[in-house]
Amino acid sequence: MNSNLLSEHDKDNASPWHGLQQALRHPLARPLAALAVLLLIDFFLIPGFFRIEFKDGHLYGSVIDIVNRAAPLMLAALGMTLVIATRGIDISVGAVVAISGTVAATLIGGTVVMHNGVPEYASNIPMAWAIAAAMGAAILCGAWNGLLVATLGLQPIIATLILMVAGRGLAQLLTDGQIITVYYKPFFYLGSGYLFGLPFSLFIVAGMFIVLALLMRKTALGLFIQSVGINPVAARLAGIRTAALIFFVYIFCSACAGLAGLMISANIKSADANNAGLLLELDAILAVTLGGTSLAGGKFSLVGSVIGALIIQALTYTIYSLGVPPEVNMVVKSVVVFLVCLSQSPEFRRMRFSPSQSKSLP
Amino acid sequence: MSAVAMSAATSSAEPALELIGIHKAFTGVKALSEVGLRLYPGEVHTLMGQNGAGKSTLIKVLTGVYAPDSGHILLKGRAIQPGSTLEAQQLGISTVYQEVNLCPNLSVAENIFIGRYPRKWGGVGPIDWATMQRRATKLLARLDLHIDVQKPLSSYPLAIQQMVAISRAVSVSASVLILDEPTSSLDEAEVQLLFKVLRSLRDEGMAILFVTHFLDQTYEISDRITVLRNGVREGEYAASDLSRLDLVNKMVGTPVDASAAGNALAEHADITPAANDGEVFLQARSLGRKGALAPQDLDLRAGEVFGLCGLLGSGRTEMARLLFGADKADSGEISIKGKPVKFSTPRDAIGAGIGFCSEDRKKEGAILELSVRENIILALQARNGLLHVIPRKRQQQIAADYVKWLGIKTPDIDTPIGSLSGGNQQKALLARWLATDPQMLILDEPTRGIDVRAKQEIMDFVMALCRKGMAILFISSEIPEVLRCSDRMLVLRDREGCGEYLRGQLDDASVLQVIAGESA
Repeated sequence: MNSNLLSEHDKDNASPWHGLQQALRHPLARPLAALAVLLLIDFFLIPGFFRIEFKDGHLYGSVIDIVNRAAPLMLAALGMTLVIATRGIDISVGAVVAISGTVAATLIGGTVVMHNGVPEYASNIPMAWAIAAAMGAAILCGAWNGLLVATLGLQPIIATLILMVAGRGLAQLLTDGQIITVYYKPFFYLGSGYLFGLPFSLFIVAGMFIVLALLMRKTALGLFIQSVGINPVAARLAGIRTAALIFFVYIFCSACAGLAGLMISANIKSADANNAGLLLELDAILAVTLGGTSLAGGKFSLVGSVIGALIIQALTYTIYSLGVPPEVNMVVKSVVVFLVCLSQSPEFRRMRFSPSQSKSLP
Repeated sequence: MSAVAMSAATSSAEPALELIGIHKAFTGVKALSEVGLRLYPGEVHTLMGQNGAGKSTLIKVLTGVYAPDSGHILLKGRAIQPGSTLEAQQLGISTVYQEVNLCPNLSVAENIFIGRYPRKWGGVGPIDWATMQRRATKLLARLDLHIDVQKPLSSYPLAIQQMVAISRAVSVSASVLILDEPTSSLDEAEVQLLFKVLRSLRDEGMAILFVTHFLDQTYEISDRITVLRNGVREGEYAASDLSRLDLVNKMVGTPVDASAAGNALAEHADITPAANDGEVFLQARSLGRKGALAPQDLDLRAGEVFGLCGLLGSGRTEMARLLFGADKADSGEISIKGKPVKFSTPRDAIGAGIGFCSEDRKKEGAILELSVRENIILALQARNGLLHVIPRKRQQQIAADYVKWLGIKTPDIDTPIGSLSGGNQQKALLARWLATDPQMLILDEPTRGIDVRAKQEIMDFVMALCRKGMAILFISSEIPEVLRCSDRMLVLRDREGCGEYLRGQLDDASVLQVIAGESA
């Protein structure tokens, strides 16, 4: 990776700077620095950015808001990380978000029942079943993607393009193109509830992250995924079930997307098959890239992807808070992303470093 | 003998293409030295040589991919210096490569005329489809090929695609046609079709340079043969004057006295199969795959090195891949210790106690960006399964043990394997399989491209393992090495087994006879 380039230059530099340089060379140094810069800008430009209050029984503030809103993206990015690590890509994430949200919203809906003379909304079917059905639909989507990529050997971008188009269409068919409103209150907890004063969505993300981290530590999943991503032929000859592994990562990615879909529809209290999770896949890919995982596959960083998702959400928040018109949002976002990606490009670094070096040498 | 051949080859006509004293070195390593080649109009001239003999380099010099360090290329007596394949083509040297480099999604006609579509209005108007199709049909008819030129190329079998590539090559008014291993992915009937075309082109006066490693095909189509070995021209011979044995002999480079070889065979003929002591670990019966290996029997015994001997492309690697489940066999059965098994993936074979060091270390062996430790424990971990992770401490111990035992030179076990030298990478890959404690090890060219010392060390390990009771299938291009190490060996020729021999039944000379197909 690009960090190797630096290490070549700095090898004989055993100065007090050495420790710092070592830290800077860490793969997570760049995404962390980018996030820090962004937060620093917010600190100066947005009054009371870091202020956190305790209101209505939970924490309240800009930072909390960013983390809360980044939750679906963080989930999607976690799933996407594994897919990308196997040299794949999944552009059907947004469609899966729409499907799972729609399934949940349709099954829960909300009918008015009189409870002790007070009108109350009840779920159409028990909420647990509805959530299970939504997750089942998402996993089915993942199995479809996995089948196309792992078994039939389609190119991942084409294979998942099919679901990207068809999935959203399917969700729209389910809802007749209408927005399905959910009236059943307990469902909202997934998107906007609080536990121990913190957004509940954060606990879901943390849970998923811990599960993944445990999988990486307590099983050989990480080693196998990296092997398949770096050299699929050699991995197969070493006895790794490459097809099964690839199948699994697509299922996992869709499951993450399904969970994100539940969060999003719980947050907006409805299922919007047309817009829910629109372009979420691109943000997820971006988050993974910002986090330092190469699209060429192989080595990956789960923490990096989470940081990447936070960068994207912090950026969106900053743009809105500064009163930049939403139309400009995309442009600003792309400029920032361009800068971060540029800083990761080995070619760019060579261009930037080599002239100054040749000058310093007589 | 070779003097006779030389004189026979010298024809009265002027060569269509002549190479004189070509030198080419890559960063100090000589690839070609003082190589000459004469190609006459109306002949099929085969270029032969082992892997690394310099065939590809020579062709790349001819077609303008490489510039020679010194030497001349004469086309009809005029010196040329093609700077690119395009330039070579414009001069009249067309090349058809091993992998058909056409566009499968375009029509046959488009493929033939790609980049130079006939146009209306004197060359400036829109593409003249009608003319293009007419001319394409005519060109193919010249090769006795009557197909619909409007259909996409991919709708035709590989042999037809190969013909289309040839007809594209000859349509640019070529006088010299170079075919780089055109038959390697064709079946017998397709080869015959191709040869028919080559013969008719030859009769029209085309000078054809044909590169192959199939002996039978060489003799079937060639008028003359040039043999390269280690970047030097061994000689130029009329095909009719060069016996198969001499040809193999020239390619491999061990002096062979045919009569002495015969004597050696006779001497050892009375040796009874003595090496029956080990139990049969793996038994294969008529194991084969279309286009890779004709059905073949094989018994591998514990504590025995079984050598596969043959030229490149003879079916050695194909056999190994079938035994390991890397490719699916379409005929035959395998049994392990008498129990029938079915290997549909390498994983199945690993489960049965088999390891496989592939001949292509970079593409099929090392996971370059992972550490030495991860590379060493990979197969063991894969066999243990996803859930039974080897504890980090144990991984380090395994890796450190093998690094020490095999003398792998690495700064530490967490260094990426890609930064190690070839020989050390190979040792680490050997360690990967040894860590699975296999009962049988397939070693496909385990010593290719590594230095002499590492080579010797690896072979010593292999022999030591064998003595401990492991069954070993050993493949190498270096025939003396196979002879020296193997207790038993199978000779392969043109993707077909042609005889199993015990140690001592063959020597350097007689093995070449068998490979050449001259052992009566």
